[in-house]
Amino acid sequence: MFLLMTTLAYLSWFERKVIAHIQSRWGPYYVGAHGLLQPLADGVKFLFKEDLTPPGADRFVYILAPMLALTLAMTTVALIPFGPPSVQWLGQSTLIVADSSIGLMFVFAITSIGVYGVALAGWSSNSKYPLLGGLRSSAQMISYEVSLTLAVVGVVLLTGTLNFNEMIAHQSGAFWHWNIFYVGRGSFPQIIGFLCYFMAAVAETNRAPFDLPEGETELVGGFHTEYSSFKFAMFFMAEYANMITVSCLATILFFGGWLSPFPESWTFMRYVPPVGLLALAVYLAYDTVVLARGVARIQLIVVTIGALVIGLACLHPVALAVIQGPFWFLLKVGLIMFFYVWTRATLPRLRYDQLMSFGWKFLLPVSLANLVITALVKVWPLLVNHG
Amino acid sequence: MTLPFIVFFVCAFLAVIGALTLILAREPIHSALSLILVMVSLAVLYLLLGAEFIAAVQIIVYAGAIMVLFVFVIMLLNAGVEERTDYSKLAKYAGLPLGMFLLLALAHWMAHSLIGQQIANGVGGTNASVSTRELSAQLFQKYLFPFEATSILILIAILGALVLAKKDE
Amino acid sequence: MSIVPISYYLVLSAVLFGFGIIAFVVKRNIITIFMAIELMLNAVNLAFVAFARAHNQLDGLVFVFFVIVVAAAESAVGLAIIITVYQNRQTLNLERINLLKF
Repeated sequence: MFLLMTTLAYLSWFERKVIAHIQSRWGPYYVGAHGLLQPLADGVKFLFKEDLTPPGADRFVYILAPMLALTLAMTTVALIPFGPPSVQWLGQSTLIVADSSIGLMFVFAITSIGVYGVALAGWSSNSKYPLLGGLRSSAQMISYEVSLTLAVVGVVLLTGTLNFNEMIAHQSGAFWHWNIFYVGRGSFPQIIGFLCYFMAAVAETNRAPFDLPEGETELVGGFHTEYSSFKFAMFFMAEYANMITVSCLATILFFGGWLSPFPESWTFMRYVPPVGLLALAVYLAYDTVVLARGVARIQLIVVTIGALVIGLACLHPVALAVIQGPFWFLLKVGLIMFFYVWTRATLPRLRYDQLMSFGWKFLLPVSLANLVITALVKVWPLLVNHG
Repeated sequence: MTLPFIVFFVCAFLAVIGALTLILAREPIHSALSLILVMVSLAVLYLLLGAEFIAAVQIIVYAGAIMVLFVFVIMLLNAGVEERTDYSKLAKYAGLPLGMFLLLALAHWMAHSLIGQQIANGVGGTNASVSTRELSAQLFQKYLFPFEATSILILIAILGALVLAKKDE
Repeated sequence: MSIVPISYYLVLSAVLFGFGIIAFVVKRNIITIFMAIELMLNAVNLAFVAFARAHNQLDGLVFVFFVIVVAAAESAVGLAIIITVYQNRQTLNLERINLLKF
């Protein structure tokens, strides 16, 4: 839990860093080394801001909305598998908290309820702009939910199961067995599915270029205008948590989850995680020695030692087996998050009617078409043999 | 007091609280929220009864889409506090006691029904959860016609809602 | 067969159904009355699922599936009707909407 919350804070660093690199901004370079201290500064700022409640607001719902958003966003972590079920770690035999046979549907169930966080936030603030922003945002979320689910059904057709671990096991082999690429008997590569899923997910999590309801230059601040300090921070964290969830889902469904992209027979590839971590430690050491000074130096030393320790620990056989799954999983999730932030930094915002017509008139038919084609390809052998 | 019992009583308690709040709330938005609470606790009860797919469908469709529609309409129409004027005396003085009587009669009848006794005596099946595969096999083979008919029903509902919601130009 | 006796679920279903009827009779806001109908449907769904577990048959679950789907369709149309009524009468109080023709 604590790990998750720290990750969320550092995600905002990650995002700003990438945006800064893409848009040549200054902030994230200078606060601490490589802007690593930025989230701490943000967190402190949020805690010290005054906590207002707008007059006439419905107090119960006003307090409920951000808590609901954050709790739901964090609950989905329980369903995500971080590693193969055969790994022994700290006495338990699986790296997933709740391995249910319909895990995928529960993730969607939790996302559906997430709409309430936004809608109730808009309503309870008792003022025009949040109400409009909340209504628009929740209408957007429920519209794109349909395309999101349809894009995923293609994958479910291919793998024949709703359970995450079985889905990943179905994609085992090398990276050409992953659902996005797999051209085999009765299988259709899910590239369109992934693109539809990604676009729908970006819209679903209210991120650019679909973030009109919370854009800073539109509608004041959207549904979270009237929220300050910690409650605002909760919405912020809920948004990042939703992003992580959706990226984790994308890796599991389309990119093979915790599987390594190299074939299992290449056993020397099992050393990639520790080698990667040691390389990172070397780079950070170089930074510590050459570039930074002051507080940044202390911070970098800490991170370098951390990376060094973990890297060396992974050379131990038991740790090596344990680190395999999560390493590849987190790497893939990180790549998808990078795409997320990349789209935010490069694409302009869509107007609301463009957004809604895109969702209903383009994305929905394309997801449906993907589903139909996948289904046809899958049953084609049966049809041909019967006829 | 094993875990299933605890979960059952917690969820039953929440459901009854939700239903009471639905009746007693002054604002429709609070009634909507309490109905969502009822639906979510019912979904947990479905899980306890081994119907996982139905629990997920309940949350996705009922609590996550239908109730969102209700909340939208309440927000759009700005349905305010329930007015206290024009109170129908018949509803309050005859309806409420009769309703309570119906509730208690149904509950008593259910508790002492034949099926209740049978289950208490151990007639019944296994404790396994129903898998989605079995459910979909039933849905697409034995109940194929109702399935297709409901899809047409949904189409009609969509068209009806569109026509009704359009402003007269 | 579950550890918790099926009759407990049936009692809860009856209680919720009774509350739904009470809400339907007592409340005056159309939307709240509509929500009471949904509450009754949910109570019936619970009874269906309980019986499906009791007899160890799947038909109850298929019924629940259809009830949920039909409730979705019905609430979509019903809420559209409510919006239209509101636009014509400017009130949601059921007792003021008592004229068939405006």
